[in-house]
Amino acid sequence: MAASDTPKSVLLSPIFKNNPIALQVLGICSALAVTNSLSVSLVMGIAVIAVTAFSNLFVSLIRHHIPSSIRIIVQMTIIASLVIVVDQVLKAYAYEMSKQLSVFVGLIITNCIVMGRAEGYAMQNGPVMSFLDGVGNGLGYTVILLFVGFVRELLGSGSLFGITILPAVQNGGWYVPNGLMLLPPSAFFVIGLLIWILRSFHPDQVEKTEYRIVANSKTKIKETV
Amino acid sequence: MLGHYLSLFVQAVFVENMALAFFLGMCTFLAVSKKVSSAIGLGIAVVVVLTITVPVNNLILHYLLREGALTWTGIEGAENIDLSFLGYLSYIGVIAAIVQILEMFLDKFVPALYNTLGVFLPLITVNCAILGAVLFMAQRDYAFGESIVYGAGAGIGWALAITALAGIREKLKYSDVPAGLQGLGITFITVGLMSLGFMSFSGVQL
Repeated sequence: MAASDTPKSVLLSPIFKNNPIALQVLGICSALAVTNSLSVSLVMGIAVIAVTAFSNLFVSLIRHHIPSSIRIIVQMTIIASLVIVVDQVLKAYAYEMSKQLSVFVGLIITNCIVMGRAEGYAMQNGPVMSFLDGVGNGLGYTVILLFVGFVRELLGSGSLFGITILPAVQNGGWYVPNGLMLLPPSAFFVIGLLIWILRSFHPDQVEKTEYRIVANSKTKIKETV
Repeated sequence: MLGHYLSLFVQAVFVENMALAFFLGMCTFLAVSKKVSSAIGLGIAVVVVLTITVPVNNLILHYLLREGALTWTGIEGAENIDLSFLGYLSYIGVIAAIVQILEMFLDKFVPALYNTLGVFLPLITVNCAILGAVLFMAQRDYAFGESIVYGAGAGIGWALAITALAGIREKLKYSDVPAGLQGLGITFITVGLMSLGFMSFSGVQL
């Protein structure tokens, strides 16, 4: 991203055009594990937005004073301190939620989006733009998280935010919940399919094939004979 | 005693596979799994880092951070000090330091491996598998011996998963995949199927 970007494009382009999860394969560790219900995904998304935005801001503020040989440790320290703050806030105000997220709040530290943006953007740009970039990338992450959470909770337990949408069979309804959707593998399938959908709309994001399959030459020989 | 360690090891490698059951270390898992040779290199690096960091962090937790852990210093009132909120910061600091040392060591003594891993070594610091294993260790309150076994097992499980995926992807690049699914998309589906396979280990008890 060039430094001449407008604030609006810095904020909005990571959401769909340059999504950190779908395009850059960053930060999917937690995206997969916490998405079996919508409310957990939402809390996780908000936590990541806060951490990304503020870590970008602080890294950008002190970027001229960090010696480049120890920059990674400095960035980690800033990020880890922010995550401790988020963790303590969650424990104080939403204890149930922090129990459900268990170790995954701590894993925001190693979320590649946070680190990637601090290293790739905040080290070269001013504080305001870096803050916006952090918010934008956090939002892009949250959008994917919410989408995956939506699909998994709706098909897995027939509800959204814990409110029943499709009445399940065991409660006298008609919908047979798809238990696989609540298990780990389905998160991979949903994200894989989501990437397929996104890339069908943005053909320029399609990766080039390394090998092209040549049409079968044997049938040709037969025809000539 | 040996049986207990063996059971913990098998559980860490297969039942609770870092990559396929907890999705940890996914960034590098997907980025470096294009070739079997580099996947094995990174796998070994992760095994080494995990086997060192988990026990070291275990010591830090038991002798510095936990409530009452500072009693051994003999300072008055030390048994009331609870520093566990500093956990994240010290774990990640230890991990970053050990990775940096490993990087310097490889650069000096094994330049061939250093060249292939190149940019990915700093990424081990942000590899969620490392911090994830440390946090699980802290949450489950493993003793020192258990933490060595758990660290090694988690690393080997992760290395196994990335090598298997790299093998599949090497074959997969010759196949005719729909354009939008090319690359990342089909990799996700492949990992999903692998994870489905590894789920059959759940419930295994020794």
